[in-house]
Amino acid sequence: MENFEQKFDETIRRGLEIVKETEEDRLMTLSVGPQHPGSGHFRFTIKVDGDYIVYCDPDPGYVHRGEEKMCEYRNFIQNIPHLERPVIHDSTNITYSYSLAVEELTNIKVPLRGQYIRALASELNRQVYTLYWLGIYGIFLGHSTMFMWPLGDRELFIDLLEALTGARVTHAFNIPGGVRNDMPEGFKDRCLRQVAYFEKRLVEYEDIFYNNPLFRQRTEGVGILTKEDAIKLGVTGSVLRASGIPFDVRKAEPYDVYDEIDFKIQYMKTGDSYARSMVPLLDMKESCHIIRELLDKMPQSGEVRAKLQPNPKGPAGESYKRVESGRGALGYYIVSDGTPKPYRVKLSVGSFRNMLALPFLLVGSKLADMPSIYWSLNYWPVEADR
Amino acid sequence: MATAPKDFRFGNFVGSLIRLILWILVIVTLVGLPLIFIVLFYVPLPPVNGEVLTPYLFFSMMVDPTRTVPIINFLIHTDFFRVAVFPGFTYAALLAGATIFIERKFLAKMQLRIGPLYAGKIEGILQLIADGLKLISKEIIVPSGADKLIFWTAPVAFVVTSAAVVSLIPAAPGWVVADLDVGIIAVFAFLGFFPLIALLFSWASNSKYPFIGGLRALHQMIAFEIPFILSALSVVILAGSLNLTDIAEAQHPYWFVLFLPISAFVFYISSLAELERIPFDLPEAESEIVAGWLTETSGMIYGLIQLGTYIKLYALAALFVILFLGGWAGPQIFPEEIMPGYTGDKIYNATTVNAVFWFTIKTLGMIMLVLLPRGINPRIRIDILLHTGWYKLIVLAFINIFVALSLVYGGILGPGGLLST
Repeated sequence: MENFEQKFDETIRRGLEIVKETEEDRLMTLSVGPQHPGSGHFRFTIKVDGDYIVYCDPDPGYVHRGEEKMCEYRNFIQNIPHLERPVIHDSTNITYSYSLAVEELTNIKVPLRGQYIRALASELNRQVYTLYWLGIYGIFLGHSTMFMWPLGDRELFIDLLEALTGARVTHAFNIPGGVRNDMPEGFKDRCLRQVAYFEKRLVEYEDIFYNNPLFRQRTEGVGILTKEDAIKLGVTGSVLRASGIPFDVRKAEPYDVYDEIDFKIQYMKTGDSYARSMVPLLDMKESCHIIRELLDKMPQSGEVRAKLQPNPKGPAGESYKRVESGRGALGYYIVSDGTPKPYRVKLSVGSFRNMLALPFLLVGSKLADMPSIYWSLNYWPVEADR
Repeated sequence: MATAPKDFRFGNFVGSLIRLILWILVIVTLVGLPLIFIVLFYVPLPPVNGEVLTPYLFFSMMVDPTRTVPIINFLIHTDFFRVAVFPGFTYAALLAGATIFIERKFLAKMQLRIGPLYAGKIEGILQLIADGLKLISKEIIVPSGADKLIFWTAPVAFVVTSAAVVSLIPAAPGWVVADLDVGIIAVFAFLGFFPLIALLFSWASNSKYPFIGGLRALHQMIAFEIPFILSALSVVILAGSLNLTDIAEAQHPYWFVLFLPISAFVFYISSLAELERIPFDLPEAESEIVAGWLTETSGMIYGLIQLGTYIKLYALAALFVILFLGGWAGPQIFPEEIMPGYTGDKIYNATTVNAVFWFTIKTLGMIMLVLLPRGINPRIRIDILLHTGWYKLIVLAFINIFVALSLVYGGILGPGGLLST
């Protein structure tokens, strides 16, 4: 009798295994990236049951360069050019918080005009980054015009930044103590003209892309991230603001001149892909106002950079500063032991935090929604890998 | 600045030219001419105007227009000419090439770009040839574990099926390769092959992304086949014939697009889906499934499928023109005679030339309309696509069938109607 029961149990167990195996067979494993046109320097493995994604495993690290370790072998000034490599489209912002943290460590006061020019470069660079992001979002959804238009308009902002900083993409413009050089002659008029043109273009973007019924069908109600989940996952930037939380580092912890600037935090309440793609557009609109305001309130003349020692160093200590980058809060934690080289540098980037929401949102959605969810998370793989 | 090489001697140059001409003369007289005579003597040529074509006659005809014209007339009324040149493959391929050129430049203008610029000096007009050469010279990679037979035959089958559709399309009155009484049914029968080829090819590729793409192609084409056929059915009801030439002629004073705008709309949307163009390019959705069912294609296999796609685009645009835009109807703008005073056989026929002109113009316009959505729309999602196909377009197509029936039974169109001639 006991033998029979054992046999019975054995049969049941084997049957369950077969059921499990067939269930596994139902699933198709797809490796999205790093050579997939819809991934970037990033890979995530997904399992699909029919058209639905049931499993997602993000696998970053393809472009890890050891930026944090590299910082320990260079002094505070030498660190700037390589620190902007993780996200060259937003290179002013990624060096902005570094400069703020170093200034706190070494007790450097930035002249007021320098602070304004810094904020101006940061806003211009955020436009460059967001336009690039928007172009990729367009082509991910198969909208080739939305790929070409933002990238064409981005070129104009790049020209502006080239006039301001001397380099097209990697500016190395923000340094501890201010900015490298003053604005060129006639820059203000050029900037105002460009902003006026760009505001007209933003309306056209809305007409052709955001108000397109096919785009709204694809993004509305897709990949909803609720307020509570957004806080739990620790997402930041446009993803957080799309979920209905008006958090912006420029308002929450104003740095430099941002407490004198009057602007609104743009946020939406739905938390779906549409809101996540809409918030950067609203940010760009608001950024145009900020640029105008900065140009108005800027002191007409004065120093742009504090005089520095050849190898600036401060007392031993630590500092943490963050700024609002194109992808959200971007912070540097720097520990100094009193030498000209940092003892430890830690980068906290928005991309990595937003990537954590990816498996959470992808599971349960359709395969066709993958690009619209993935890229709406405002994720830049190179920055996340650092 | 070009300079002559140091050991250049003009005498040597002239000498080499003379030697070249001598050799050409020797080879032509010893090999070429006998070959031509052998061919002309031993191959029975068809009689022209009751005379048997002899070598003497052939050479005399070469210089005498009254004799050349019958030969040309004979040649352009052969089946071979229709299949190979007009309205067959050459015409379709030329229009397909024009389509690719227009697509590139037109889309570039929409997207604030310039488009191809360098190949061929003028606006990159030879870019297509450069692309073709590139594709031919590339290696064709067959994935391991692929079903080789199907993998190699599917692209050829794709082009052949496209060409079969083209063969049924009349481009001028009487100018059609296969003038079937059931022309429109044959067109839909051939179009039904395409999802099968896509599925077979994707299955034979032995890869995941092509497989998903092939299934998507199958879903999409089946969902849109029915509204496609139903929208054409309303035209058949009005025309009272399945023959495409008769349908085009039946719209003599009034084009059917005036009576059946919804049907034309459904036909247009369905042909976009049939052609896998944006917003219906799900089977090739790049950011989701790499390149869909074309992922494993390389080299000329890809080239053949693209050729087939563009020929199919021409065929569907031409079909739209025939069903809704009155085919080749248009005001007579070519003169009746181009050589007044010449009596004898003529090649030039004002009616045909006019018909070809208007047909080509309308088809190119229709092709532009098919290209347009690529610039303004993102890709649609598969479930929305199926919903659109099965629920919305079929209902619209049915509504138009009732419109067509009421027009016929109300005595407005159809045999003996008010507006029909």
